[in-house]
Amino acid sequence: MNTDAKLPETEEGTILFNTDPIIVKDHYEIDYLHSYAQDSPFFAGLAGKKLLGSRCIGCGYTYATPRGHCMGCGAPTSWVELPQEGRVHTYTTCHFGGEAFLKETPFTLVLVEFDSVDTLFLSRLIGAEPDEVRIGMPIRARFRRNCQFKPTDVYFVPL
Amino acid sequence: MRPVYMITGGITRFAKAHPDKDFRLMVKEAFEYALADLPGLDRDLIDGSVCSYFSDHFTRQPMAGAMVQDYLGLCPKPSRRVEGGGATGGLCFQAAWEAVASGRMEVCLAMGFETMSRVNTWKGNEFIALASDTNFDYPVGGFYTGYYAMMVRRHMHEFGTTLEQMAKVAVKNHRNALHNSYAQQPALLSVADVRGSSMVATPLTILDCCQMSDGAAVAILASEEVAQRLCQQPVRITGIGSGTDAMRMADRPHGEVPLLPHETAEEYRDLRYPGVHSFRGGRMAAKLAYRMAGIIDPGRELDFAEIHDAYTSSEIQTYEDLGFCRYGQGGRFVDAGAPFMANLDYGLTFSGEGTWPRLPVNPSGGLLACGHPVGATGLMQAVFAFWQLQGSIARHLGDAALQLPDPKKGLIHSHAGTGTYITVTVMERV
Ligand SMILES: [Zn+2]
Repeated sequence: MNTDAKLPETEEGTILFNTDPIIVKDHYEIDYLHSYAQDSPFFAGLAGKKLLGSRCIGCGYTYATPRGHCMGCGAPTSWVELPQEGRVHTYTTCHFGGEAFLKETPFTLVLVEFDSVDTLFLSRLIGAEPDEVRIGMPIRARFRRNCQFKPTDVYFVPL
Repeated sequence: MRPVYMITGGITRFAKAHPDKDFRLMVKEAFEYALADLPGLDRDLIDGSVCSYFSDHFTRQPMAGAMVQDYLGLCPKPSRRVEGGGATGGLCFQAAWEAVASGRMEVCLAMGFETMSRVNTWKGNEFIALASDTNFDYPVGGFYTGYYAMMVRRHMHEFGTTLEQMAKVAVKNHRNALHNSYAQQPALLSVADVRGSSMVATPLTILDCCQMSDGAAVAILASEEVAQRLCQQPVRITGIGSGTDAMRMADRPHGEVPLLPHETAEEYRDLRYPGVHSFRGGRMAAKLAYRMAGIIDPGRELDFAEIHDAYTSSEIQTYEDLGFCRYGQGGRFVDAGAPFMANLDYGLTFSGEGTWPRLPVNPSGGLLACGHPVGATGLMQAVFAFWQLQGSIARHLGDAALQLPDPKKGLIHSHAGTGTYITVTVMERV
C-alpha cells in the first residue's frame, strides 16, 4: 500500500471551445477492414476496364448495380458485362457535399440507363458543363488507369 | 388488437444547437411538458418506452436510449431503441402503438431526439450519407441532397413539375412556421428568395432543404381504458401503415402502381412506376394506413397532414404517394393552393383549379421550417397533429393562427433514405 500514490503529470491539454457550458474538441477516427464480399468481382472488373452488372438466373432480371441475389425472385445472379455506352436517366450538379467530397465540388452525378438493363447505375459525369447535361444524353464509360477499387474507378463522359 | 390513443405529448424548441443540454435533458424537458399537460398521468402509470434516435455517429453514445430511460426515472421498466433513418420517429410512434395495441402495455412512452450540432454541417452530411449504400452510393456522391435532386429532376422531366412549384412549398412551410414558437426557421419568403438562395445540388437550393437541428419530442400512448380515465381529449390512432423500397435508388424497378381505393389502373396505364420519381414505400404505407382507418378518398377525408418535407421536392412527390392528388399532379396541387392554410397570406396567387379541396399540409411548418432533429421529427409531427386534433394549438403555441377550425382526421408521415422506410399514421379526434 502506498498512501502517497500519484498519477504522472503531463503537458497535454484539452482544446476548449467554450466554458459555459464546457465544449471540448473530441477527436475520433477508425480504419475499417471493409470487405466487398460478394460484390468483389465488380471492383476487380473495374481494374480491367469492365463494367459488370448481374443477371438473375431465375427470372432474367438484369441489374446495372450488381447484387448477388435477385430482389424479385431471390435466385442467385450471374455476372454480365454491361454496355459501356448509355444515357443520362437523371442528373444533378452538387455544389456542396459530405466532408470527404467537399474538395471535389462542384461535381455532376448521373443515374445511367443502359439498353436491355432493368436498373440504373450511379456515377460521376465529367466533360460537360452543368447546363449542357440533359436527360437522355448519350454518355460512355471511362476508367481510371490506376485502379483504386472504388466505384469512382468508372465515370462517364459525353458520347 | 385493441384501440390505442395518444393522451399527451411534448417537444423542445428545435434549434441549430442546444449546447447547454445533452440528449437526456432535451428529452426530459419534452417529457415533463407532456406530463404537465395531463394532470393525473405520472411516471408510475407508464409501463415502458421506445426510444428513437437515428445516428450513433451524431450521438457518439451507443445505447443512448438506455441513458434517457434512467434519466427520466423509468428504470427498471422495459425500453428499447428503434432506428430507421429519417423515419426513426415515425417507426418509434408505431412501435409504441404496437406495445399498447397488443396489450403488452397500458401506457407507452415514445421518446426521440437528435443532437446534430455536435459536428460541422459537412460532417453531418457525411453521417447522413453513410445511410446510403457504402459500396456503391456513398463513395460516388456521398450526399443526400444530390440524390433527391436527381429524383426531382426526373419528376420534372416526367410530369412538368417546375422550380416555382417547389419554391412555393418552401414559402408555405416557412410562412406557416411564423406562428410556431417551436420552429427553427420561420420566415416570410418569396419564390424569388427560394430560387435565389445558394445552390446546394441543382435544382435544389438551400431553402429547398431542411436544416439539421438539436431537439427532442415525446408522445404518450395509452389504452382506451386509461385514455378515458385520464384524458379529456384523447386522440385515437386509427390507421398504421409502413412500407419500404430498395436502399439504392438506382435499383428501383418498374411495376404496377399499388392503387388506392379512389384510383383505377386505367389512369396510370402510361406511368413507369415508381422509377426514381415516386416513393413506392410511401404508397404502401398509405394504402395500409388508409385500409385500417377506413379511408377511401384521402384528399377529401383528411383535414390536414404533417408530412416529411425534408425537401420541397419530396413534399410534392409525397402528395402523390399519399393520394392527395394523382401521380404527376403534385406541382399543380401546389399551384391550386390546395395544401396552403386558408387563413394565411402567402403573397402568392393560386390557380384556383377546383379539382382538389383544401388539405393543409404541414401547418406546423414541417421539417423545412421546424428543423429536422431526425429521431425527434416523426414524434414532433405526432405532437402537432395531436394538438391540432385536440383544438389546443393556441394554448401550446400561444397563437391560434395554425389551429384549423374543425379538424377530425389528420395524417403523419415519416420517411427515410430515398424512400427506403416510410410510415403513415392516421389520427382522429374522438
Ligand atoms: Zn429473379
